[in-house]
Amino acid sequence: MIREWLEIIKYRELIRNLVSKQLKVRYKRSVLGLLWALLYPLLMMLVFVVVFSTIFRQTLPNYPVYVLSGIVLWNFFSQTTMDGAYNILGNVHIIKKIYVPKGVFSVATVVSGLVHLALAMIPLLLIGLLTGMRFSAAMLFLPVSVLLVSVFILGVSLALAAVAVFFNDILYIYQVLLIALMFLTPIFYPASILPSSYVQVLRLNPMFDFIECFRLPIYEARLPSPELIAFALVAAVVALLVGWWVFARSENAFVYYL
Amino acid sequence: MLELERVSVRFRVPVERVSTLQETVVRWLQRRMRYRDFWALRNVSVRIERGEAIGIIGRNGAGKSTLLRVMAGVIKPTVGTVSRNGRLVPLIDLTAGFDMELTGRENIYLQGAIFGLSAKEMNTRLEDVVAFAEIPEFIDAPLRMYSSGMIMRLGFAIATQMEPELLLVDEVLAVGDERFQQKCLRHFDTLRTNGVTVAIVSHSAELMKSLCSRAIWLEQGSPAREGPAEEVVEEYHKFMKGLRGA
Repeated sequence: MIREWLEIIKYRELIRNLVSKQLKVRYKRSVLGLLWALLYPLLMMLVFVVVFSTIFRQTLPNYPVYVLSGIVLWNFFSQTTMDGAYNILGNVHIIKKIYVPKGVFSVATVVSGLVHLALAMIPLLLIGLLTGMRFSAAMLFLPVSVLLVSVFILGVSLALAAVAVFFNDILYIYQVLLIALMFLTPIFYPASILPSSYVQVLRLNPMFDFIECFRLPIYEARLPSPELIAFALVAAVVALLVGWWVFARSENAFVYYL
Repeated sequence: MLELERVSVRFRVPVERVSTLQETVVRWLQRRMRYRDFWALRNVSVRIERGEAIGIIGRNGAGKSTLLRVMAGVIKPTVGTVSRNGRLVPLIDLTAGFDMELTGRENIYLQGAIFGLSAKEMNTRLEDVVAFAEIPEFIDAPLRMYSSGMIMRLGFAIATQMEPELLLVDEVLAVGDERFQQKCLRHFDTLRTNGVTVAIVSHSAELMKSLCSRAIWLEQGSPAREGPAEEVVEEYHKFMKGLRGA
């Protein structure tokens, strides 16, 4: 595994080029371009605010910041893994003709997801300022939260990309799964409305903890508990190891199925 | 230097095409996953020394392209080992890494990165690539505005200006109009005299004889004959004539 990662690092120039290609190509034909990375979460937030803000007025005083911080991290996860699922299928022309370490495509997708996340933080901070959100030193923990979820996303992306080569159906199954997960994760509702017996089950969904780790420093101006961080860390490492294992086991066979 | 030792490649061809999860599960439960094993290469050993050019000939489906892809590292052989040193540039599909929405300049850097070069190394080559491709006035236009000839010229220019140490060629030795083709062949000669190791797949007997010192004739994945290019090509053509006569 170490040798493979060193090789991926050796191809960092390719990762840089792939990231800039993904960012340029995605918005090339739209008028607003990269501005959509800021507008999309903002508009999504608006929808949730219109629909839910009166319902959760008591429990969530600053609903816009609550829902937007959830959306920003959720979109990072759902969009990056969905893009990541096509990492091998979408680069057939390269993989069949030229040797490159195939993991670079997944790493590049996560990096461009991070760029989108960074851009989406701008409207989040703006809404925070406008609604009088309290900024605290706990926010310095955010890079750690983002790192943990990035590792998790990389693991999921690697597994999806590999499986998609052999079973195309996974792409559709995963889309449905994403919708289900979105409702099972406290993005637009507070975890407190869930019956406590369910919470233990729902926390098997790692995004539950990742969103908490990301939102607590922003919304409640406090650090996540060590227990929460430990859960997130385990989920991230396990996802990466499993994802890498699935990917490495099958990568030599890709070329026969593409 | 490039060395293949007792390389074999097996393709598992499903007897019936199964592509969905449902079918796969059903098949698996019924134990009906059936494959036909197809050996595209059997026990091929080749050693190409630095500065040597070797030709690969054979009929359609003899395994020529598979052999080239094994050399390129795209296919890992089922059995056997491949060892190589030096930067490898495959002239198999010149435009494989191109993105039509990006500009010529951006594509040069992207393609360079696919071959494993750094931005710094690409900076020093940029001018040569643009000059060789003869597209200075289009370099900042998106590739979708290029003519197909321009795209091929750019692809060839990038691949050959990478200072490859190993060059794998699949029929695409020359692109563009006659004048540009001459330029490609001249450039190819320069590369060869500079000590580049080359493997060529081609159906052109003339090209083989003039460029290669040695040749391998593949027949159903196995080397049928290996030796001086002149002799092997002659023999191969005699054999093919015999087939046609029969």
